Amino acid sequence: MKSQPAEAADQPVISLRGATASLGSRPVLRGVDLTVRRGEVVALLGANGSGKSTAVRAIVGQVPLSDGALALFGTDFKRFRAWSRIGYVPQRTTAASGVPATVREVVSSGRLARSRFGILRRTDKAAVERALALVDMSQYADASVNALSGGQHQRVLIARALAVEPELLIMDEPMAGVDLANQEVLAGALREQVAAGSTVLLVLHELGPLEPLIDRAVVLRDGCVVHDGPPPEAVGQHALPGHDHVHPHAAHDAEPLRTGLLS
Amino acid sequence: MELLHYAFMQRALLAAVLVGVTAPAIGTYLVQRRQAVMGDGIGHVAMTGVALGFLFNASPVWTATLVAVIGAVGMELIRSRGKTSGDIALAMLFYGGLAGGVMIINLAPGGSTANLTSYLFGSITTVSAEDVTAVVILAAFVIAVTLGLRRQLFAVCQDEEFARVTGLPVRFLNLLIAVTAAVTVTVAMRIVGLLLVSAMMVIPVAAAQRVTRGFTATLTVAMVIGVLVSLSGTTLTYYIDAPSGGTIVLLAIGVFMVMTAVSTPLARRRANAARAAEEVCTRDDVKV
Repeated sequence: MKSQPAEAADQPVISLRGATASLGSRPVLRGVDLTVRRGEVVALLGANGSGKSTAVRAIVGQVPLSDGALALFGTDFKRFRAWSRIGYVPQRTTAASGVPATVREVVSSGRLARSRFGILRRTDKAAVERALALVDMSQYADASVNALSGGQHQRVLIARALAVEPELLIMDEPMAGVDLANQEVLAGALREQVAAGSTVLLVLHELGPLEPLIDRAVVLRDGCVVHDGPPPEAVGQHALPGHDHVHPHAAHDAEPLRTGLLS
Repeated sequence: MELLHYAFMQRALLAAVLVGVTAPAIGTYLVQRRQAVMGDGIGHVAMTGVALGFLFNASPVWTATLVAVIGAVGMELIRSRGKTSGDIALAMLFYGGLAGGVMIINLAPGGSTANLTSYLFGSITTVSAEDVTAVVILAAFVIAVTLGLRRQLFAVCQDEEFARVTGLPVRFLNLLIAVTAAVTVTVAMRIVGLLLVSAMMVIPVAAAQRVTRGFTATLTVAMVIGVLVSLSGTTLTYYIDAPSGGTIVLLAIGVFMVMTAVSTPLARRRANAARAAEEVCTRDDVKV
């Protein structure tokens, strides 16, 4: 790891100022300001089409900004090259492609930002195994990703982002299509990352089991920030003061009993 | 093994081994990104290159390489734009290449469409010593790229957006895949033929997938199948008078069918085992 002496401790990890972007002729971001500081866990919320996914994709350079300024780790985006400091989980429902790949092969591809010439040394392999263990997928390391459930796919995609040992995790709807049991596993993995000092920006549809981890919520509507502050009040039992977010029977409740009669 | 005494057979068998290795190697990446027909398109475009070789009295292998590379780069640029009109643009390129080849060959002195037949379907007797030199050089390039950069190419073909955010030079790697596919087409041209090149990029990979779970395993098994069918197909055409391309591709389809037949009970057993494991887990959950 290179040392960054020039970086002040209060330097924002992500600084997005007055960002505008369009998809085709439709303006999707209309002057978005978003700052994420070191160690913060920020949730980006909003309805479908509010621009939250576009905002995150603009931050990782996948959507060009038509106006505004973006800096990552204090470096202007145009000069930013330190991709190994970022772990990115794109919005996906599957980790599969046209050719089978094992879970370990997919997760290893996340390590390429550190192993520039594609040679995996012992430290790289150890990082891949740690990432697999973090999302509780070690026992599936040699299985084909094609054989996994939706929630397990998401765990693989997150392990792929964690394999690079990032300082900043950027996740686009990591909980979409994930059953409650898998959501708890992912929340646990994220909790460990946050405890170790990671900075996190994630797009969410609802706070769900991640709620206790979120420091700040930014809500978008029609490409504009309409709320930037504490997470919106939760409703139901999640709002109760004594609620400690342990769901011992989550797996049982989330999945209907399979009798085998209909499948 | 009397066939090894003939110099033309030695050249044909060497070229066959190189086709068997290179076509499935680049084909695995094309199949991974669901671009299986790209080889077919490059094959069509390469026709213009072959005809230009006749017209200018140059080696058709090198002129075909040049035109195929230009065509493949064009296809990659069209693909990366991601427009729906891309399909039409690709069709123009494919059929323009084929039509251009037919036109130009007839303009060449003493040339006719008959000259193209061995390039379309492959022929073991026409592999010249010059061809072998060219094929060895080109195959070395394909092998160096497909095996040497396999982690990077895997990442790009698996998830392009993610690969870009890891800082990989995705645009360069995409162009490299296109150029490598074009080079493979000309490597395979003399033995398998331009119209059947794509089959050798796709069928061994499809056959390998029936029994593999991982990417490296698929790549390896596909290359083994590729070498087996191209060697046995070339040998077979020594004894029966048939174009080598057709023989090789039919053998590859045969291997695919055998592997499907073998793998179906295997897959069923795996699925049953997985289901059984799931049931045990559910019972454990209830106890807690």
